[in-house]
Amino acid sequence: MNLTLHIWRQKGPQDKGKMVQYNVKDISEHMSFLEMMDVLNEGLVAKGEEPVAFDHDCREGICGMCSLQINGEPHGPDRGITTCQLHMRMFKDGDSIYIEPFRSKAFPVIKDLIVDRTAFERIQQAGGYISVNTSGNTTDANSILISKEAADKAMDAATCIGCGACVASCKNASAMLFVSAKVSQFALLPQGKVEATQRVMNMVKQMDEEGFGNCTNTGACEVECPKGISLENIARMNREYLKASIKG
Amino acid sequence: MTTLNSKVPQGPIKDKWTSYKDKINLVNPANKRSIDVIVVGTGLAGGSAAATLAELGYNVKAFAYQDSPRRAHSIAAQGGINAAKNYQGDGDSVYRLFYDTVKGGDYRSREANVYRLSEVSGNIIDQCVAQGVPFARDYGGQLDNRSFGGVLVSRTFYAKGQTGQQLLLGAYSAMNRQIARGKIEMYNRHEMLDVVIVDGKARGIIARNLVTGEIERHSAHAVVLATGGYGNVYFLSTNAMGSNATAAWKAHKKGAYFANPCFTQIHPTCIPRSGDYQSKLTLMSESLRNDGRIWVPKYEEDVMAIREGKLKPTELPEEKRDYYLERRYPAFGNLVPRDVASRAAKERCDAGFGVNKTGEAVYLDFSSAIERYGKEQAKIKGIHNPSKEKIIELGEAVVEAKYGNLFQMYEKIVDENPYKTPMMIYPATHYTMGGLWVDYNLMTTVPGLYCIGEANFSDHGANRLGASALMQGLADGYFVLPYTIGDYLSSDIRTGRIPNDTKEFEDAEKAVKERLEFFVNNNGTNSVDYYHKKLGKVMWDKVGMARNEKGLKEAIKEIQEIRDDFWKNVKVPGSMNELNQELEKACRVADFLELGELFALDALERKESCGGHFREEYQTEEGEALRDDKNFAYVSAWEFTGKPSEAKLHKENLEFKDIELKTRSYK
Repeated sequence: MNLTLHIWRQKGPQDKGKMVQYNVKDISEHMSFLEMMDVLNEGLVAKGEEPVAFDHDCREGICGMCSLQINGEPHGPDRGITTCQLHMRMFKDGDSIYIEPFRSKAFPVIKDLIVDRTAFERIQQAGGYISVNTSGNTTDANSILISKEAADKAMDAATCIGCGACVASCKNASAMLFVSAKVSQFALLPQGKVEATQRVMNMVKQMDEEGFGNCTNTGACEVECPKGISLENIARMNREYLKASIKG
Repeated sequence: MTTLNSKVPQGPIKDKWTSYKDKINLVNPANKRSIDVIVVGTGLAGGSAAATLAELGYNVKAFAYQDSPRRAHSIAAQGGINAAKNYQGDGDSVYRLFYDTVKGGDYRSREANVYRLSEVSGNIIDQCVAQGVPFARDYGGQLDNRSFGGVLVSRTFYAKGQTGQQLLLGAYSAMNRQIARGKIEMYNRHEMLDVVIVDGKARGIIARNLVTGEIERHSAHAVVLATGGYGNVYFLSTNAMGSNATAAWKAHKKGAYFANPCFTQIHPTCIPRSGDYQSKLTLMSESLRNDGRIWVPKYEEDVMAIREGKLKPTELPEEKRDYYLERRYPAFGNLVPRDVASRAAKERCDAGFGVNKTGEAVYLDFSSAIERYGKEQAKIKGIHNPSKEKIIELGEAVVEAKYGNLFQMYEKIVDENPYKTPMMIYPATHYTMGGLWVDYNLMTTVPGLYCIGEANFSDHGANRLGASALMQGLADGYFVLPYTIGDYLSSDIRTGRIPNDTKEFEDAEKAVKERLEFFVNNNGTNSVDYYHKKLGKVMWDKVGMARNEKGLKEAIKEIQEIRDDFWKNVKVPGSMNELNQELEKACRVADFLELGELFALDALERKESCGGHFREEYQTEEGEALRDDKNFAYVSAWEFTGKPSEAKLHKENLEFKDIELKTRSYK
């Protein structure tokens, strides 16, 4: 198929940036979206032009590196996948496709389609861990019994890949889904209870300082999340936060 | 040729590690505060090492080329992690895990290292649970296990099909705790481009800030490489796009011996390639072989009909199917080790029985498992005389709970529903057992330069068993390196900070800059990927699943030609003082073009078949690998002398005192 691409080009953080139009030809429906981008870039290199910079790495939907806003949706039109898992069979010959970086004040553009997501790092550093030394001298793994239900729910929250689609999909650029996934994982497990109060307070504080917006329960994040992280986690985080605030 | 000293401690194998730890020198907490350690790579090995070293009190600088440590490619490991916990009471033990790993590696690993790995494996699970890793549990609340290839017990712990992700996030959280304390300085989007040697010791690195293009000098008392494997030398592999061998290769060129480069794992269950545009291959976890049965049609006319779309695999009756693994290896069946399963798939496809258009695919079929689970569920739920549809519905629910994310991943890529029609799979490059040579301390032949995880060679011999990579990465990082590096650093407590304005740093920086300048000014005609794909094709065709003398000699010559052409005609747009992904790739491919040659040379020199290394000249009448213990029971450790083809071979003789050397059989 032949496609018209409208791609955000921006030299660097200070550059204003603009949409630039490209045409690609003979794209196979079996290609992944990023392989289509590879074809475009090979063509640009051949012409001596600078290829379009975009983040990607594992190309199997787990590292969370890829982060394209495609036709207005983070990770494009399909559901439950990352950009690298999006296939060209979702498009048809002659389509125009608009490709932009994830947009948020807290995710400044570095170049073209690459954004800076270190705000997420700082939130995790503020409390996304259980304070246990890595000596190996803990108790036997089976001495802590955890119900299958709790373990499964914690796992569901823990599958967040930190890509930032939740932020990019949210009209408020809120990071609540991302933060609540980590808070929930630990809140659901006995190991996480000891530091629960501090953890939720610190992580929420850091989230606010990074300039992410508030949650207005629209639910776009849940729809766009490639890993199907549930809104329940936000409700759980709110409860954890309330409990923590009362405790002071 | 010299013989290498692996520095394995004396004494019975089961006491070695304990007595070693009792005797090593320690660094007191106050002194640790004045000692710096650089850790390059933040996957399971690097992440766990950085966190632990920082916790012990060292000042750690950690480097990742991604924008976060959480994105290292360990994250993509699916199936699980082995540990000799014997929670299932099925006869597992430290010795059995040790035995299985040595046997699985086709007797080409170092006994003492493998025993230590097996010994600390249980602690890994304890540690990860304490960190909040949500491993799968049974209804009683205890940890669940499953089986992997090449073993007869269930010792694999898992978190759905995302075990690597959960373990890495565990290590990442431990890192975050230390980053927050200021004990780890994290350098994201940085790539190491050289190691700096001062007075014979590794004392720092040269790194490029991938955002600004700035070349930085970082000094430390020791340098730890945890930079993963070199599978991307094949261009197509299950590795991440950015996975590269640059750190290890640069270390090799500065004196670290490279061990067993030809030992590469071709994983049997990957999604087959579909076209020339393909950028990478996707793995389907080995855990699928617990329930999936592998087959091709028995008769060629059925193969043709399937390829032409006239016959559906589901329509082919049982008696016309060839479950070739069950036929050839009745004892282990579909759970033979990876190298055996891969070669068997290649054998059938080469014989003309491949089931897709390219002729390079076999079926992985879940219909038997779906039926079996369905019947079991019907019984549990008290449904008498369930209909076929009900059985399938119940069975599919069980399979979905076990492998749901993998099935979804398959469907997204291939656009076929694997619950209804068998998956198509084919082997792909997945893991490299070879890597920098290290002694028992995990130190390379350069003092102060350590290498852990997939990047070193030590534990998996010629073939790695499933779910053992995660085990090794975390064992090295959490429990082994923190001890061994302390013994080395104890002599550095009076050294003081390592200055980075010395001539050694200046020279290394200059060389790095010159290379980058060359690339951006070369104005050639071909892209970096053009060369990478060419290299990959030679590697796959001639240094892939089956190798022979003629092909290997051709490969060496062809790689040299590709490399010469690369240095003349490569084209890298943009400048070096900005984010430039083509430039990043150029640096990596330049190193692959050298490593590939050493790889082929090693394969040529090893005139035997063992594990993932299959030389066509050395096989039994039944087509099984023919090992030669008399002449090749050693580790090949190559010393760089100026050109890959002129590398000098050193040997570490492998002694098997606790396991009898015998032919590996899974029949």
